[in-house]
Amino acid sequence: MTVDSARETRKIRCVAKMKEIMTHYYIEAKTAAENGRKVAWITSGGPVEPLIAMDVIPVYPENHGAMIGAAKMGQELCEKAEAMGYSSDLCAYARADIGAAPIDGGPIGGLPRPDMLVCCNNICGTVLKWYEIQARYFNAPLFILDTPICHTDCSDAVRRYVAGQIRAYIAFLETVCGRPMDRERMEAVGRLSIEGQRLWQSVLDTAAHRPAPLSAFDAFFHLALIVTLRGTRIAVDYYRELLAEMHQRIADGIGAVPEERYRLLWDNLPIWYRTRWLSERFAAHGACLVADTYTSAWCSSLPYLDENDFIASMAEGYTRIYLNLGIDQMAAAVIDMIDKYGVDGLVMHSNRSCKPYSLGQYDIQRIVAEQRGLPTLMIEADMVDSRAFSESQVETRIDAFMEMIKARGPRKDH
Amino acid sequence: MISAGIDIGSISAKAVLVQDGRMVHSVVIATGYNARRAADNVFEAVVSGAGLRVPDVARIVATGYGRNSVAFADRTVTEITCHAAGAHFTDPAVRCVIDIGGQDSKAIALDENGRVRDFVMNDKCAAGTGRFLEVMARALEVDLDAFGEMARQADRPAKISSLCTVFAESEVISLIARGEIRANIIAGIHDSIAARVAAMARRIGVTPPVMMTGGVARNSGVVDALARQLGEWIVVTPFAQINGALGAALLAAG
Repeated sequence: MTVDSARETRKIRCVAKMKEIMTHYYIEAKTAAENGRKVAWITSGGPVEPLIAMDVIPVYPENHGAMIGAAKMGQELCEKAEAMGYSSDLCAYARADIGAAPIDGGPIGGLPRPDMLVCCNNICGTVLKWYEIQARYFNAPLFILDTPICHTDCSDAVRRYVAGQIRAYIAFLETVCGRPMDRERMEAVGRLSIEGQRLWQSVLDTAAHRPAPLSAFDAFFHLALIVTLRGTRIAVDYYRELLAEMHQRIADGIGAVPEERYRLLWDNLPIWYRTRWLSERFAAHGACLVADTYTSAWCSSLPYLDENDFIASMAEGYTRIYLNLGIDQMAAAVIDMIDKYGVDGLVMHSNRSCKPYSLGQYDIQRIVAEQRGLPTLMIEADMVDSRAFSESQVETRIDAFMEMIKARGPRKDH
Repeated sequence: MISAGIDIGSISAKAVLVQDGRMVHSVVIATGYNARRAADNVFEAVVSGAGLRVPDVARIVATGYGRNSVAFADRTVTEITCHAAGAHFTDPAVRCVIDIGGQDSKAIALDENGRVRDFVMNDKCAAGTGRFLEVMARALEVDLDAFGEMARQADRPAKISSLCTVFAESEVISLIARGEIRANIIAGIHDSIAARVAAMARRIGVTPPVMMTGGVARNSGVVDALARQLGEWIVVTPFAQINGALGAALLAAG
């Protein structure tokens, strides 16, 4: 087999379909006003199902931020926001979004104007001010859903507090849309959401196989639908097809990385403008990033969601997401993934943009070293702002880390 | 068999020749603008200095930030692995290497075979690197080589609290303006760099004996300050600056 045909074999077929779905999704969102439909901007961890049930098109500034990063337009838009007066210490998704809004910047010529904004702080606190700024700018109503951090557990008080807000959220949507919610439709959307999340989890689970049929870098790409179209038939159908392709790859012995020898776990958001470079850098050492804490965040609260009473279970489901947990619970989740995927080391992206994700990484690193004896590589960068990335420094750290992993040899227990 | 190690750092380029487990010759030159030319020059210098010819060298390993500019190397190895190998060769008892180079600093934990058990490097910042000292030397109008000697004359080291090189330079300038004596400022600079590097090294656990390598190890003021911060005696090798190249030459020999 030639180099080119081997590369062709490793390509995931579903990629083309995903691009098609995302293109269609953005065209629909950008032409919503002409078609008499409403658009809601929503945070990545926000409860999207009620929007789908109300036939509102959800749009994700964070997904847009990722696209801006991948299109290598992050620096320019961050600088634009800084010129508007925003600090360079602010999250680059927020800066890119705020910088893009007045000029319709970014790879798709800006997001469609929101009819409403829905902000859930289960992913960070920055979104509160970010959404307030955009709600003021677009003169659109804003709903804030406050999910207290589960430092050790999710208490009854928290459950009741969030459940009350879910009811208020639905009332907010009914007011903005000027019609009541169809509860049966809502429960149907909830069931599709759970089905989609289960399928997404199954797709990620296939990477436990050796060689892994997909890598975290693939997951970063295929994640888009479980974020943006969660609760729709489109997402369910897509992930079913992707899962079938992964099973076929396992049957055919096709790995994401040629000659996978080492398996690593990625922590934090991707470095969107460098995913290919990073993927190739690791692959050159025979290393595959087989799993990550980021893409699994969109199915990690499945145990708390109830397909027979979705609305009631949303409070806990949306409160118990990875970034809304205490460090001990995050470390426990990382250790579960280390065992499940059989990894040889941890790669942590210390992300200047994302404080809630990056705070605690040294503790998680220490806990992983104590409990599993695994080494960690720390990469200092930013998910979108490429000014925080130094290629030669990152290259040396990766190469040195892989030299160390090779010297240690693959894990004995696998 | 003769093998060579070439270490192209941000400030200096180093070359070492090893023959049958003994170091034969070493050369240090400034890297300058053109890393590729520095690699050619330092290799030529070490070979001719040893009275040899290029074909006499069987294997070459390149390391350092400019390792990929050494076109004639057989392979590249990072400076982390090379420093571990060099330190282990010089003193097999060493379990921790602290290397402060021109643009980075690192702490390496070694196992009994001289292999890297764990490592940590400075974040994207000049503080805690040789560059930090260079900036300060310029502000103080003192030759960097005199820093170690001058620090010994300090009676009350100044406190430099800024983590950022640029801010620390401002602090130094205001200390100068206030009439603080140079020796105290220099001692304060050493304490500042040592505190930062010690905190970083503790993240992987500091097991003695500790060896310091890299060009900055020639500055006894930093070595003393680091020993105080870590509460450990620090082994200083006469080969501190060429330790990475030495390790590369040893790894080249296989």
